[in-house]
Amino acid sequence: MGRDNLRAIYYIVLKDMRTYYLKPPSVSWGIVFPIAWILAFYLRNPQNFEELVPGLIAMTILFSTTAAEAVVINFELRLGSLERLLLAPINLPSVLLGKVLGGVTFGLMMTIVVTIGSVIILGAHPNFLYLILIAIPSLFTFSSLGALLCVSVREVFEAQTLLNLPRFIMIFLCGVIYPIRAMPAGLRFFVHFMPLTYTVDGLRGSFSGGPINAVLIDTLFLIGFFILFILPAVKLLAKRFE
Amino acid sequence: MSSEIIIQASGLTKFYQKNLAVDHINFAVAKGEVFGLLGPNGAGKTTTIRMFTGLSKPSAGKAFIFGFDIDSEIVEAKKHIGVVPEISNLYDELSAIDNLLFMAQLYGVPRSERRRRAEELLKIFRLYERKDSPFRTFSRGMKRALTTAAALIHNPEILFLDEPTIGLDVVAARSLRNLITNLRQQGITIFLTTHYLEEADLLCDRVAILVKGRILAIDTPQALKAKTDKKSLEEVFIKITGLEPEVLAIEKGR
Repeated sequence: MGRDNLRAIYYIVLKDMRTYYLKPPSVSWGIVFPIAWILAFYLRNPQNFEELVPGLIAMTILFSTTAAEAVVINFELRLGSLERLLLAPINLPSVLLGKVLGGVTFGLMMTIVVTIGSVIILGAHPNFLYLILIAIPSLFTFSSLGALLCVSVREVFEAQTLLNLPRFIMIFLCGVIYPIRAMPAGLRFFVHFMPLTYTVDGLRGSFSGGPINAVLIDTLFLIGFFILFILPAVKLLAKRFE
Repeated sequence: MSSEIIIQASGLTKFYQKNLAVDHINFAVAKGEVFGLLGPNGAGKTTTIRMFTGLSKPSAGKAFIFGFDIDSEIVEAKKHIGVVPEISNLYDELSAIDNLLFMAQLYGVPRSERRRRAEELLKIFRLYERKDSPFRTFSRGMKRALTTAAALIHNPEILFLDEPTIGLDVVAARSLRNLITNLRQQGITIFLTTHYLEEADLLCDRVAILVKGRILAIDTPQALKAKTDKKSLEEVFIKITGLEPEVLAIEKGR
């Protein structure tokens, strides 16, 4: 990776946090939206609130990591400022990694806030080791999914529209609100190809307790998804500059 | 000017799909030289700069900056160069000083020197009074000036300028030309592209005339004028590019 690339990644993350992420639109999209969504389900069925906590954290991870990627990537591509980064002594994979890490950092901050809220307000008792084993790879996976979708289109609005598609499909199908076991068999097959399934499953494991092996399997799947998303994202971005 | 060659292209070629943008160009630039790449729109000037600055990979041929291969050692090569692209592409939301500080961080300027260097450049470019204003509030000339300042933040030995005065008013263009002259006096090698031929005549030690991706002539402006028996670089350009009949037809039609 090299010292130059690591230094540049660090400063890209700092700059993106300051310029894009720690702004009201990103914070509201990353944290307020999942809370409002879960609250709506709670009001419908107040008895099962604890069951919704893993889903709430999963949604926070999903929405916060991808909250500003359309701006961070597509807006900068359009303005030419992402190109400006590539003029510095840094390689292209490091620039993209810096962008992904911005989403990861913001997502981590939002996830910590929501988890602390769940523990203090709702009295939830997660296994923190399990939580870390699931949350960290999930943050990388969804941020790299966002990056992949963003580099595959040109405009900010296209990226935002494209990002909403997997977000909402996964919310409904990956066990955030409805249990997967209650779904028709055909759908149950498809949910295995969606990373949020493993996030929700692993988070449920960390709140309900259970064998670490089950959590580790989810972690491995999430790492696999991260690799699956980041490699073509780098390739697609490189293609833009051929 | 020294005789040490620090920029070199050998058979450098670039295809965009099937379109040939740069066609086996060869040239060398010595340390301290102001070298101009001249040509009409679409001649391949920007593509050549993009290859030298790592934004575009060559399809064939080799090019070197300080002996570093731009294909395999571009990160090392980029440490020695500053680039002012055709579009002023700093961060709209960041202030002038924050843009410079961010660039200083990316280029690894030591922490203790960053602010001093940024403020020094803001003074040189007469932007110090606006150091806390966001980039988006700047005029086109001010944006160009700050983009040039950003390219100089790490004290590069080579400065690439792509159409440096395009879109600037007379005063801003003149001020930028003076800056190029000053930088040259400081020993910085300048590689610029332009289609303003008077500007090239004024600034460049040597020029290359690029048409449809091929270098048709390369020499000092004086030598080119002497060879073609023309008085200005514009006339030289018209003759070499074969545009003479077209220009004559236009003049007859007046």
